Amino acid sequence: MRLLRLVPDRPNINVIGIRKISLVFSAFLVAASIVLAVTPGLNFGIDFRGGTVIEVRMQGPADLAGMRTQLAGLGLGEVSLQRFGADTDVLIRVQEQPGEDQSIVIQKVQETLGAGVEYRRTEFVGPTVGEELKEAGFIAVAVSLLGIFAYIWFRFEWQFSVGALVALMHDVLATVGLFAITGMEFNLATVAAVLTIAGYSINDTVVVYDRVRENLRRYKRMPMPDLLNLSINETLSRTVMTSLTTLLALIALATFGGEVIRGFCIALIWGIVIGTYSSVFIAVPALLWTGVTPVGVGGGSGQDGANDDENVPATT
Amino acid sequence: MLYIERWKLILIALICALGFVYAAPNVFLSRGDADVQSDLPFYVPYRTINLGLDLRGGSYLLLQVDTDAVVQERVESLTDVVRSALREERVQRQNLRVEGHGVSFELLDPTRTDEVRQLLRDEDPTLEIETTPEGRVTLSLAEDDLAELRLSAVNQSISVIRRRIDETGTREPIIQRQGDDRVIVQLPGVDNPQRMKDVIGQTAKLTFHLADTTTSAAEARQGALPPGSVILPGQDTGRPGDQAEYVVRKRVIVGGESLIDAQPNFQDGQPVVSFRFDTVGAQKFGRATQQNVGKPLAIVLDGKVISAPVIRDAILGGSGIISGSFTTQQVQDLALLLRAGALPAPLTVLEERSVGPGLGADSVAAGEFASAIGLALVIVFMIACYGLFGIFSVTALILNLVLIMAALSILQATLTLPGIAGIVLTIGMAVDANVLIFERIREELRNGRTPVTAIDSGYRSAMRTIIDANLTTLIAAIVLFSLGSGPVKGFAVTLAIGLITSMFTAVFVTRAIVVVWLRRTRPKALPI
Repeated sequence: MRLLRLVPDRPNINVIGIRKISLVFSAFLVAASIVLAVTPGLNFGIDFRGGTVIEVRMQGPADLAGMRTQLAGLGLGEVSLQRFGADTDVLIRVQEQPGEDQSIVIQKVQETLGAGVEYRRTEFVGPTVGEELKEAGFIAVAVSLLGIFAYIWFRFEWQFSVGALVALMHDVLATVGLFAITGMEFNLATVAAVLTIAGYSINDTVVVYDRVRENLRRYKRMPMPDLLNLSINETLSRTVMTSLTTLLALIALATFGGEVIRGFCIALIWGIVIGTYSSVFIAVPALLWTGVTPVGVGGGSGQDGANDDENVPATT
Repeated sequence: MLYIERWKLILIALICALGFVYAAPNVFLSRGDADVQSDLPFYVPYRTINLGLDLRGGSYLLLQVDTDAVVQERVESLTDVVRSALREERVQRQNLRVEGHGVSFELLDPTRTDEVRQLLRDEDPTLEIETTPEGRVTLSLAEDDLAELRLSAVNQSISVIRRRIDETGTREPIIQRQGDDRVIVQLPGVDNPQRMKDVIGQTAKLTFHLADTTTSAAEARQGALPPGSVILPGQDTGRPGDQAEYVVRKRVIVGGESLIDAQPNFQDGQPVVSFRFDTVGAQKFGRATQQNVGKPLAIVLDGKVISAPVIRDAILGGSGIISGSFTTQQVQDLALLLRAGALPAPLTVLEERSVGPGLGADSVAAGEFASAIGLALVIVFMIACYGLFGIFSVTALILNLVLIMAALSILQATLTLPGIAGIVLTIGMAVDANVLIFERIREELRNGRTPVTAIDSGYRSAMRTIIDANLTTLIAAIVLFSLGSGPVKGFAVTLAIGLITSMFTAVFVTRAIVVVWLRRTRPKALPI
């Protein structure tokens, strides 16, 4: 009946055995991301930096060089042009002007480009709102991470929540790194993507952790590295399947969903790949370092214990 | 044992059926139809999904009301109150000036302090008055009054903005206050955002003054400005007879608040605005024109003299005409602004996001196409990997999409472009719960269980993991919702709805399907 079998029935991958390699790789990834985020830095969109974005559709293929010369003469400071999807479409970005109301930029650009241009999108963010959005974005990421951390702590023990938080930070920083290295625009939608990645990655982590906890109760004498490996391998099929279905849907959206949303989708795709990796290769080995032991595991909270018995199969 | 009570099965079927009913309008009704039927009771399924501005096209504006200007104006009027009250009682004072949110001055005769205090109290009992034995008097506006002043400026601005937008014929605008002094304006389907900004943002304070003919603007600039007069710029038109600057009496004969109507019109082929005053305004205007025949009348809009015609006759009927160098569009807009009334305070646009109808339609088309492809890929993949059980979960997945559509329609949540991404993401994630369950069932089968017990324990043990995993994502969605503006909020809403509906379909619906299938076929081995 089954046409496709991606993961063998009983995989046996020694994740814990190669934990030093994955640790070095991740440390490098995170360090590189931080360095890149500082220099050259992130390409902040107008949400955070203020300024104006105008998406225009010309009647024929756009003459970028000509438009650039025309717009440079306006004295609006830094103006950048970029082809946006189709040949006729151009995205014009203009730096923030003094004062709150940036409408003057749109007016001047419209006067310069003249008739026969379709203004598909005009957006500006003034300095005050830019500052506020930056703050709000930062708070949102911090609050979500803390909320997830608290939830894992409530459901598991602190060792698990620390491991989950490390994996989460890893995913968030690696995503920031992607934006730094590719120069893709970092905006409010990116923050939404980062938070979604955090939620998705923790999803994977919880599934593996659940199995670790279950196995800790089941095999009280098994050495920790073996137990963690067993848990990973038992859930590997599910981890891979889930990531693949989500990736399939997202790749369709990134390919056909239009230019506006492409950056958002690419961030999500990267985040899901990196989140899946970190759930297996970072979050689980982290339990060795935080010192999870079979003895300490009795369920995260009181009411938890009641359900636990029925969840553990009677035979082993 | 694996068994579901009949009433549970019926409930699950009922919820799914309701999902179809409430999602149906999106397929069968166009937006226009739904609007027409908007007076139906809430339970009738006529609502369609509310598309965000990035999908419908339109403008989002974040405006700030300059409430400081209102306070400033109030404080300045306080100096006039003090000046005239003291003059009437022949109290001598010096150094009258604005200080913070109040006014201070010094009495030449400190023994009259108490008398002055009483005098000012009679003028305005809400003032806070402090005096020193040396005769220094400080008046300030009470904190409560200041707050009240600011609040009413914002509320008044909102109603003026609403009137103006309604006058332009924009359908379904959303105008709401945000924070202390901000206003969010959402204008679906507007394709000329600049004009809307002009219409919304202009203060449109109209006043009629007498021009001061005792001096010219040039002499006044040299220092010969008579007290009670002010120099105002003219409109930069280049029309013969128009001056660059005018000397105008400060006293207002009558203001825009006395207008009851203003209409665009033509006079000698030129676009003009004709207006009509209310009774009191007409009387004031009539008296002033009667007494000043032959003198110029200055018509001042937002601190600029737009024209200064010479009064030929007393205008007693209470109606008149504003001419100037206007285009037809300008005349229409000015008439609109005068009808809708002046803003109590200047507005600043802090943020604008406008999407043209072309891009919106393209985004909808691209989003629909991409969702369909994504859905098809996931369907093929799931059936390839899980066979019959894959079909079960795909059924649940499609039901899930129907339920999301129904929920969006019922809640009238706004679907944005990132919201479509949220739905696509839930397509991928919705099967997650099923994958968890199916993998668990396989595992139990490998451990030598019978089909029935394997399914039973597969559902049971996967349940807690599913809840944990979805709740953590829900935390992120809730934070996003509270952070978000417009599109991001739309993403959070669809993500959250998708998480909840997917838990329902993946757990309850597939379970029901599996149970019914088991009962019918009683298989010896599971095709999973």
